[in-house]
Amino acid sequence: MTETFSFGRAFRLTLLSLGALIFLAPYIFMISTAGKGQSEIFTSSLSLIPTQFFYLENFAKAFGRVSMGQLLWNGVIVCGLIFVIQVIIAIPCAYAMAKLKFGAARLLMALVMLGLLVPIHATSLPLYVAFDSAALLNSYTALVAPFSISVFAIFLFLQFFRAMPDDLIHAARLDGMSELGIVMRVIVPNAWPAITAFAIFSVVAHWNDLYWPLIVVSNQAYATPPLGLLFFRAAEAGDDYGALMAATLIITLPLVAAFLLAQKRFVEGITMTGLKG
Amino acid sequence: MSALSITNVTKSFGDNHILKGISLEAEAGEFIALVGPSGCGKSTLLRIVAGLEGADSGEIVAGGRDLTRLVAAERNVAMVFQSYALYPHLTAGQNIAVPLAMRNLTSMQRLPAIGSMLPGQKAIRKDIMRQVTDMARSLKIDHLLDRKPGQMSGGQRQRVALARAMVRQPGLFLMDEPLSNLDANLRVHARGEIVDLHRRAGVPTLYVTHDQAEALSMADRVAVMMSGNLLQLAAPEVIYDDPAHIEVAKFVGQPRINTIASRVDADGAVTLGTWRLQPHETLAPGTDITVAIRSEFLSIADLGTPGLPAHIERLEFLGSEVIVYTKLDAIGESMVVKLAPSEVKGLVAGKPVTIVPQGERLMVFGADGARLRADLTFTTQLERAHG
Amino acid sequence: MADMTAISLPIEKSRPIVNVSERHEARVAWMLAAPAMILIVLFILAPVVAVITLGFTDFELGYSTFKFVGFENYAELMGDRTFRQSLWNTTVYTAIVAPASILLGLSVALLIESEKLGRSFFRTAYFLPVASLLVAMATVWQYLLHPTIGPVNSLLNLIGLPGPNWLGSAGTVLYSLSMIGVWQTVGFNMILFLAGLTAIPRDLYAAAEIDGAKSSLDRFFLVTLPMLGPTTVFVTTISIINAVKVFETVKTLTEGGPNKASEVLLFTIYQEGFVYLRVGYASAMTVVFLAVLVVMMFAQYRLVDRKVHY
Repeated sequence: MTETFSFGRAFRLTLLSLGALIFLAPYIFMISTAGKGQSEIFTSSLSLIPTQFFYLENFAKAFGRVSMGQLLWNGVIVCGLIFVIQVIIAIPCAYAMAKLKFGAARLLMALVMLGLLVPIHATSLPLYVAFDSAALLNSYTALVAPFSISVFAIFLFLQFFRAMPDDLIHAARLDGMSELGIVMRVIVPNAWPAITAFAIFSVVAHWNDLYWPLIVVSNQAYATPPLGLLFFRAAEAGDDYGALMAATLIITLPLVAAFLLAQKRFVEGITMTGLKG
Repeated sequence: MSALSITNVTKSFGDNHILKGISLEAEAGEFIALVGPSGCGKSTLLRIVAGLEGADSGEIVAGGRDLTRLVAAERNVAMVFQSYALYPHLTAGQNIAVPLAMRNLTSMQRLPAIGSMLPGQKAIRKDIMRQVTDMARSLKIDHLLDRKPGQMSGGQRQRVALARAMVRQPGLFLMDEPLSNLDANLRVHARGEIVDLHRRAGVPTLYVTHDQAEALSMADRVAVMMSGNLLQLAAPEVIYDDPAHIEVAKFVGQPRINTIASRVDADGAVTLGTWRLQPHETLAPGTDITVAIRSEFLSIADLGTPGLPAHIERLEFLGSEVIVYTKLDAIGESMVVKLAPSEVKGLVAGKPVTIVPQGERLMVFGADGARLRADLTFTTQLERAHG
Repeated sequence: MADMTAISLPIEKSRPIVNVSERHEARVAWMLAAPAMILIVLFILAPVVAVITLGFTDFELGYSTFKFVGFENYAELMGDRTFRQSLWNTTVYTAIVAPASILLGLSVALLIESEKLGRSFFRTAYFLPVASLLVAMATVWQYLLHPTIGPVNSLLNLIGLPGPNWLGSAGTVLYSLSMIGVWQTVGFNMILFLAGLTAIPRDLYAAAEIDGAKSSLDRFFLVTLPMLGPTTVFVTTISIINAVKVFETVKTLTEGGPNKASEVLLFTIYQEGFVYLRVGYASAMTVVFLAVLVVMMFAQYRLVDRKVHY
């Protein structure tokens, strides 16, 4: 129970630090290589500080080959739309399941549990065929629509609402509020922890998603960040690692920055989904 | 030689001096209640005796062994926690068996599946189960042995915790507010059971509680702690009737003892109405002093009798007794009087009355709170006024 | 006589009022849940039914007609070398990544929990890979693991070891991808384990010490491991399912090669369905994939969940 620096403590800290170094190594090398010129990359791979700073050139190449701004913008639009729609659809449904009595509640619960088992990968084929025949490929609709329903959101909010005291709702009803009014003015304001937790989960999952955008988008104008990076690699012919690292740096930055700024929220969010799961 | 001796234990967390030098001795089989308000250090002292925390200085000796530098596992003490701290994943029987398993089986033998296949196991395990069942039977929980803590009531869990503590026949029992999570009526019943168990075990017990009634009713001796100091260690009657410190007097007793701030007069004595108290110690005139008297040693008489004039504020009917709240006319201090129901005829809120104290029950405390012995005399002032 | 008529009044008089509010509540509930229900049918149920149905056809995108072929697709699957290789690779990958990321996640969580210094920093460092774009970081790993100019091989050469062609040789590619997979998931498991660890009441450790658990190992087996039971089950389920769904690293780095050595389930489905456009065949594969997931979820629920919860 002592606070002194024992051998055990030193050993633990060393282990943690070595591990942290290994885990952070890719980022260190990414930043370092993004500033190296071609010749330097080929000769001295272990030196971290570039002898000549090529950052500007590499970044220029990265921005030139693929429209980075467009990529990031698409990512923001798609993830934003998905999140907002998911929440709008899920909250009333979860509220009904948690606090109201109606015949289909059990059936709905079974559907939700079933839905948790089914990833986009399983439903992609028919959805693709459907979007193709509707000529909706290469559009925001195709990117957003399949994810508009998130059974995980319903599940998460359901658990959260169940734990909310019934009295709050009874009081609102006595005040004359309609059910929809209750949802908007009582439930949502009190549900912020769950909403932010889900926001983090949803945004990270869809920002990272390669599978579905790969399937429905072939036009670079609609590419999301992962897809854009794939196009970049193809256009790059794979040898200019400097520019490649610069591109990955630009693409990785937004989410990493958001994470570093909102760390506590990230951790809380995952903890909450874990505890409810 | 005493069974437990705590010598000058101190403990600080940074600037916070939790324990400022505690010493106490307990005889074999003695039940000592450690009582005090939250934050007085009683739980910290208990944890230090248990070995869960280290003292900054001081010694703990129990049964002739110097425990001070030993880890908890080696001290042969048993502890019952406020939350019972039962292992939720084990049945009651397995919970009770843990201390025996830890002691009699090696680490290899304790491994979940493989351990039970090693030689020499069966005999030890059977013996452990026998001890567990015996203990459970004596605490009347043998029918619960296969249940997990989550499937038991609070009272049942408490008994499992007690069984786990007793089964290894420790040299010392430590209890940290074990009854505070029980319903009020269960609590009173459980008090008797714990005292019973303690007597059967015959080992010294240190019992921490913030409930002074619990401490007084259960203990052989009570240790009153406040702000890291041990103010008094004595039998319950002594703590109640002869407190060594004003804080002890205020902490013990329901309703709280009446206190009146006063000053030493020119003759070096303290006057209260018709009473005059002469402290054995010589004090300078003007020194601050507190006079105290318990509510059951006051009576209410009609206005005009020799005593302290006052007004009744309100009465609280408690069934077997009535608590009368009054305010002294002269100095405005409140006085609480405990009366039998038959004695409150004619008493109503607002009525002017006289409070008559039993003089020999008046106690004097100095400015530092320490008790001062004093001689009691009547003053003849009022008689002169009438006469 | 008047009393008799009073008694004979029907009791249902009081019921309609309750019924009205109940029906109203049910109606509102239906309205609130309707959008979700419609979308579930549209985007989850219908496609699943469609996939199962398509699995019984020879539908190919671009051809206007198709016919039902019964179990022909599944028969073809069983003989399909690529599919079998794909199943095998996915199994190997999962068998490496899931246990490794669970054990490492637990170890890191234990280390961080027991150490006060730099907790926040370490948590961030190990979690950063989870929060980063996988495609991007896979690209970085490609550079790191490059056989000639990559830092990893340069480091190995420094200490005299030959650096293998991590991503380019059939013998090592799956292990390299597994390594990246572990790197990317340890942080997530660590956070879940940290949450589980902080939820353990401190009193239990005190009780364990008093009961005679002298070493930290004793206390680990008596308190920590059992109390982490539910968390461990959850982490295991998530880890296995995510491992089976591996796709991004394969598509970005190896495209299933060299020589199908890194071909995984989702990649095979993608190739068959969206590149070769054999939708019917790919649907049959998808059904197999879904079946694997469902079986695992059920197994976890039935076998382990009950035993581990207290």
